[in-house]
Amino acid sequence: MSAPARTRSRTPAAAGRPANEVVLDVRDLTVEYIGPDGAVAACKDVTLSLRRGEILGIAGESGSGKSTLITALTRLQRPPATTTSGSITFHPADGRPGTDLVGLSARELRRMRWSTMSIVLQSAMDALNPVMRLGDQFVDVLRTHYPDLGRNGARDRTTELLAMVGISADRARSFPHEMSGGMRQRATIALALACEPELVVMDEPTTAVDVVMQRQILAQVLRLRREPGFAVIMVTHDLSLLLEAADRIAIMYAGRIVEVGTAAALYRDPAHPYTRGLRDSFPPLHAPLRTLQGIPGSPPDLRRLPSGCPFHPRCPVRVEACVSTTPALVPLPEQEAACLLLTPEESR
Amino acid sequence: MKTTFLSHPKVRFGLVVVGFFVGLAVFGPWLTGTVLGIDPRANDISAIAAPPSSEHWLGTTQFGQDVLAQLIAGARGSMFVGVLAALIGTVLAIVFGVTAGFFGGRTDHILNFVTNLFMVMPVLPLIFIVSGYLQGTGLWMIAIIIGVFGWAGGARTLRAQTLSVRNRDFVLAMRMLGESNPRLIGAEVLPHLGGWIASMFLSAMIGAILAEAGLAFLGISDSGAISWGSMIQAAQSQSAVLRGLWWWFVPPGLCIALIGTAAAMLNFGVDELSNPKLRSATRRVVRRTRRVERAVAADARTA
Amino acid sequence: MTLAPQLTEVAAPTTRLRVPSRWAFLTRRLGFYLTAAWAAITLNFLLPRLMPGDPSIAIVDQLQRVSGRQLPPETLVSIQTLFGDPDANLGEQYLAYLGQLARFDLGTSISRFPTPVADLVAAGLPWTLMLVGTTTVLAFVIGTGLGVLTGWKAGGRFDAIVTPASTFISSVPYFWVALIALWVFAFELRWLPSSGGYDPDLEGPAFWLSALRYGILPAATIVFSAFGGWLLGMRNMTVTTVREDYVLLAQAKGLAPSRVVLRYAARNAMLPSFTGFALALGGVIGGALLTEIVFSYPGIGYLLYDSLTKRDYPVMQGVFLLIALTVLVANLIADSVYVFVDPRVREQG
Repeated sequence: MSAPARTRSRTPAAAGRPANEVVLDVRDLTVEYIGPDGAVAACKDVTLSLRRGEILGIAGESGSGKSTLITALTRLQRPPATTTSGSITFHPADGRPGTDLVGLSARELRRMRWSTMSIVLQSAMDALNPVMRLGDQFVDVLRTHYPDLGRNGARDRTTELLAMVGISADRARSFPHEMSGGMRQRATIALALACEPELVVMDEPTTAVDVVMQRQILAQVLRLRREPGFAVIMVTHDLSLLLEAADRIAIMYAGRIVEVGTAAALYRDPAHPYTRGLRDSFPPLHAPLRTLQGIPGSPPDLRRLPSGCPFHPRCPVRVEACVSTTPALVPLPEQEAACLLLTPEESR
Repeated sequence: MKTTFLSHPKVRFGLVVVGFFVGLAVFGPWLTGTVLGIDPRANDISAIAAPPSSEHWLGTTQFGQDVLAQLIAGARGSMFVGVLAALIGTVLAIVFGVTAGFFGGRTDHILNFVTNLFMVMPVLPLIFIVSGYLQGTGLWMIAIIIGVFGWAGGARTLRAQTLSVRNRDFVLAMRMLGESNPRLIGAEVLPHLGGWIASMFLSAMIGAILAEAGLAFLGISDSGAISWGSMIQAAQSQSAVLRGLWWWFVPPGLCIALIGTAAAMLNFGVDELSNPKLRSATRRVVRRTRRVERAVAADARTA
Repeated sequence: MTLAPQLTEVAAPTTRLRVPSRWAFLTRRLGFYLTAAWAAITLNFLLPRLMPGDPSIAIVDQLQRVSGRQLPPETLVSIQTLFGDPDANLGEQYLAYLGQLARFDLGTSISRFPTPVADLVAAGLPWTLMLVGTTTVLAFVIGTGLGVLTGWKAGGRFDAIVTPASTFISSVPYFWVALIALWVFAFELRWLPSSGGYDPDLEGPAFWLSALRYGILPAATIVFSAFGGWLLGMRNMTVTTVREDYVLLAQAKGLAPSRVVLRYAARNAMLPSFTGFALALGGVIGGALLTEIVFSYPGIGYLLYDSLTKRDYPVMQGVFLLIALTVLVANLIADSVYVFVDPRVREQG
């Protein structure tokens, strides 16, 4: 798999910041589904980097490769998915050299899990073991990573963690089905913080709960990431949510990142026509309502990607070259975007 | 969809084997009589309890009967009971399961209760007893008894599936349009249960073949008919085991096991095709993925 | 900390109230099994009366032939109560029948006249209970264990060999496996006794040891034939469960693989085995009865065979009633275990 080097020099990590400013450095990550008729790339040459304490949002429609990216980042993928190229380098806070997660053995990975990177899944109902008491699901991970903690120590820590998200200690005795949806979701967030990770990956953390609970959970995440301190990768189809919560946002389309930049830049001045379409199809939470416009058409079938720019069949501003040329990410003042229209204007 | 169904190795194996035995049941007499020139009931006095030879490919019984000819004749008996009993059982399962699931409420309550009763009844002993009272009845009666008592498991599955189909948009929409219930069931619900009904039919057929073999083994099936079970029973009663006449009792058991395996494979394959979670765990998918992983790792080493 | 607890705790108590307790579930199941027991008894009452011919007359004739004299009036009444009285109406017969059952009177055996059926059944039942009980538990443990292994490593080499093999084994008739086992281990290799359940010449501990030795082949046959069904069910459930989010999360937590497999995947994948227990048990019972016959094992399966071939209707009926009631008890036990392994007790009974 030869990845073109076009995007390499532009990642923030390489732009001269000290190594431990960056917690996760993803380069040219390609994930493929191996089918009977060959491989289908669900993530193609994804390059991302995440600074300490930052919230990076990844947005896209379903089928854009978001979920594939999550299982690849957390090294949880199963056949037929496999990482065919690229690296995922994790830099510990204490300045030790970074580790490429892609090359690690199962045992080495297991030791790093949860204390470096944890995950919050979309549906808390499905993410908690239905036949285990909530507290036990905290205790087992605590005792795995802190063998010296002891049973009582682990219980005390559980109480502390639950209190952080406003759940009373006696709830540790409850089974997941005895709790409300919002409480379960907050519990999984507390669970994700159990081993003080430097990075939490969140997969649609608020889609399974109602709007009021959504706000509450979001507020909690924003507060907690400063207090214990951790970086967040938040994956969602809800761009408006990211515009509020994230520091930076990456937009995915057909397995590629088509635009990445600060939330403010993407909100004010989206460079890619797809980003513009996404922004205009969601009602903003706080701003006055504007006319909503959807994106015509539907996400492409990854097995039969359109030639050239994969977005061209749905693009309102396509030109002839879009059919034949795949655009690379182009550096702009406040963001990067992959669109042929941008190249001539901005690189002057 | 059709091509993926037929290209699935388990499905293909199942279809070939089941098809083979169905063919054997249909064309058996012609095959033994005209092609091979052997008679399942003829006694060859020159070869009593003879091991397999060029003359009798699978040997002969204590009575000098050709085991191969009996095996082919037995296919007809066993398959007849299997298919008829499965037909009856499937119809009953549809009547109880689909009706309960579709109408819900009181009807569901009563039908589901009856289904549950039949689920906890020891069906095989019950079949033994009833056949015991009707000793020596024909294969028809045996098949009916097996079918009448062995439908509960299927009914439970169909009820659950009907419940899920019933609440889908298209059925609700048709209901709003005032479509009559029988038409709704026939035109909208049953087609969606086709896969489940087919798989139920297969399991019921295997269950019936096994049950008939058990009855024949007890000596309360049709004493005149040849089935795989009656072959094993005859072997057992003539102390074939004690005397090591394995060619007599091994082949009919193998046939039962083979057709059972084929049906299970078919159901397994259908499960895998309809459940993506199972499909992604097949040997083919895992091997393919591992191969790519190894290639990537090798590339990384040389690079 | 900053969140108001009253806001977040509102929803929970109401959901908790909706969930029925274990005991409510078990009481409901007990009610169902009592009804099922009543249905089994009623079926047992109706069967001989629905059959063509008149079993009761046939029995009386046969008994008179066997005993060589006129039957005492109380035996006659007992038979008519159990198998049909042409002079009494069905309601009266039914009440009398229930009364007689309440005194554990199942009639008199024809082939072993004048032994009461209840005695014959009581003599055979412990053997069958031991045999079927142990083998069911063993087959469940082996099948479920292997099912977890194959399901966890689905698509691997172990799975590729064990799963098709189990598919084949689970399709083999029990009595055929019994015949092969008999042929190989009892007659060819002469390792184990070929028939019976114990050595009648022994007493005390030696007797029990002999019972163990005689039980090996029948038990091995049943375990061999029965474990495949559990394995296949458990394998597919494990494959499905392993792809659930909570197992994914358990892996993400970096827990030891054994813990992920046992506490997260297998623990959940096992639950349908309990609800499907009734159906599976039915198959095992039928197979075990036939296995007993091959080995002439002194249980109620062999008794049933004996009564079927000798047209000993009273014994036949008695055996069926006992099997039916035993299966109900076994199901109640399975339900009780289920209640303790699944905190979300099922809504429907």
